[in-house]
Amino acid sequence: MSEANPPIVHALDPDRPDRHFVCPEPFDPAAEEVLPPARQREMMAGYWRLVWWKLRRHKLAVGSGVVLILLYLVVAFAEVLAPYPLGSRDTDHIYAPPQSVHLFHDGAFIGPYVYPLDYTLDMVRLKREYAPDTTRPQPLRFFCAGLPYRFWGLFEANVHLVCPPEGGTLFLLGTDRLGQDMASRLMHGTRVSMTVGLIGIAISFVIGVTLGGMAGYFGGWVDAVVQRMIEILRSLPELPLWMALSAAVPVTWSPIVVFFCITLILGLIDWPGLARAVRSKLLALREEDYVTAAQLIGARPARIIGRHLLPNFSSHLIASVTLSIPGMILGETALSFLGLGLRPPVTSWGVMLTEAQNIEAVVLYPWLMTPMLAVMVAVLAFNFLGDGLRDAADPYD
Amino acid sequence: MGPYLIRRLGLMVLTLTVTSVLVFVIIQLPPGDYLTTYIEELRAQGEMVPQERIDYMREQYGLDKTLVQQYFVWAGGLLVGDLGYSFEHDVPVEALIGDVFILTLVVNAATVLFVYIVAFPIGLYTATHRYSIGDYGLTFIGFLGLATPNFLLALILLYLANRWFGTSIGGLMDPSYLDAPWGVGKVLSVIEHLWVPVVVIGTAGTAAMIRRLRANLLDELNRPYVTTGRAKGLPPTRLLVKYPLRMALNPFVADIGNLLPQLVSGSVIVSAIMSLPTTGPLLLRALAAQDYYVAGAMLMFLALLTVVGQFVSDVLLAVLDPRIRLGGGLAK
Repeated sequence: MSEANPPIVHALDPDRPDRHFVCPEPFDPAAEEVLPPARQREMMAGYWRLVWWKLRRHKLAVGSGVVLILLYLVVAFAEVLAPYPLGSRDTDHIYAPPQSVHLFHDGAFIGPYVYPLDYTLDMVRLKREYAPDTTRPQPLRFFCAGLPYRFWGLFEANVHLVCPPEGGTLFLLGTDRLGQDMASRLMHGTRVSMTVGLIGIAISFVIGVTLGGMAGYFGGWVDAVVQRMIEILRSLPELPLWMALSAAVPVTWSPIVVFFCITLILGLIDWPGLARAVRSKLLALREEDYVTAAQLIGARPARIIGRHLLPNFSSHLIASVTLSIPGMILGETALSFLGLGLRPPVTSWGVMLTEAQNIEAVVLYPWLMTPMLAVMVAVLAFNFLGDGLRDAADPYD
Repeated sequence: MGPYLIRRLGLMVLTLTVTSVLVFVIIQLPPGDYLTTYIEELRAQGEMVPQERIDYMREQYGLDKTLVQQYFVWAGGLLVGDLGYSFEHDVPVEALIGDVFILTLVVNAATVLFVYIVAFPIGLYTATHRYSIGDYGLTFIGFLGLATPNFLLALILLYLANRWFGTSIGGLMDPSYLDAPWGVGKVLSVIEHLWVPVVVIGTAGTAAMIRRLRANLLDELNRPYVTTGRAKGLPPTRLLVKYPLRMALNPFVADIGNLLPQLVSGSVIVSAIMSLPTTGPLLLRALAAQDYYVAGAMLMFLALLTVVGQFVSDVLLAVLDPRIRLGGGLAK
């Protein structure tokens, strides 16, 4: 209060003296009660920042997020990360066991290296036997020129993160029936298996949000029809339907087309859960005043739903989307495993697992089962992240 | 109860009708029909196929009619138990299925039982011993169960069963009983073989069920009436069993709606791997061979299994919980 206060006057009667003191200075509530900086930051933070803070506390979800980012890095750079390009075979090493990487040879550090595999055929049991030759360490090469590949099928390259030693082999996870490196195939398979889920969920998201949005916004007979559709689809077993639909995809189509058909099939049957969630949210939200305001201004339903209603629970949507991706990954794996989904030369985890279809594989060549670990890691990561997101979607508790 | 039952029954009939249309469309989707393939095969073998014979077969199999007519012939047949004709095996579908439907029913029923028997005590334990080591351990195993593709679990368990108990690999009974008439020995053999598929199919469902029961029970345990009961000196077990458990059980029963389609899906793939004499392998082979009446019959049966199962569970639930009947009657 630097200047002299203006005289206080009564609002109605300027002659009457007023006993109330009204300070004419602008009032700043934040200055009145000074919060500690941390608390203040929390009060000022936006919704997504709060969600992020809450998610960050969920260690398992954050860890799963990191795993998923790593997996998608593999998706992006599979050709560079894999020591062997897709389709390369080593007919001298069929069903070779995993080679392990060592650092010390005879007590001396010589960097990461592998021992070459000596091959003998057990004539009694007709079994291929491999034994590491521990006298000849073969150092690995890094960022080296290896077998050529087409990066993303677009341009030629031959740079690999790690290459097999000169004249040697590098089978970190062993080889399969055709002498293909399992580790390389696993990385290439990651690309297919992890994108199946994304594309499939994109399809199911569009259908689910559209139908669920219409049902929730319009109500009435639209709602009744969509509800019945949801109930019917949910009461049917998914897998047999998936099987029947993918059996209808002609074998003669190109692998890429088959891939899109499979994702389309997965997406077509998976939407009811999402539609139901959207519907129940919209039923409540459509009564809000701002919706009426938007209607009066003349906004069309699609705009009101997409622009004003959906953003209200976008974090919930993200959470339920994350939780439905594992089902798609498992679905693709199951279909390919049964020979109804993707087929070689396309490489996905399910396609790789067809090799491990019999007991013989489990007993003799257990490394053929490694794609199963990949499936489990991916499915668990999506589940944990989805759980964390669902908890974080309501940050105002 | 009456109106609810009628409404629910109507929904079931509607579901089955829509399903039959869906199934018919799906099995007709592959280009060409079995007859075209068959005739081409005969021609490739150098056999002369006169046009009259083709026309006769077309008419015989009803392939000369329009799709809509074919649908009604097929669906009408289903109603009276005529499942159509298997092109591949050249016999009516009924002759092909034998014990298949019954064994499918047995496997699925046993799995439902398994899920409830295992999930119930574990769910109870994890909810009452929240954040204990047991809770964390069981929750972790549950997550693993959710994430493992069940067909691979099947392979591993089969191997172990064979190694430890000498159970023959694959199938639902010892090979010596395959063509034998039903008797005590055969039933025992079925029971001995049943546990592997049941455990495999049920694992994912059990894991989901445990998580749901735990969440429901935890919600109830935090209610004020539990505190009141405890304050009044009710023994802990009695307090748990008499009130919160009852409340948490409703969703448990209702959950069969989610559980059944999942179990049936699982049983199809697991039985295809383990070559169980159930619908799975038959469906797979029929789909591969475009033997579409067999595929249609299998799909319809699986749908029937889940839909009827859900109907039964809904009626049970309505008996248990009057609020559901009322909710159904009040049209919005």
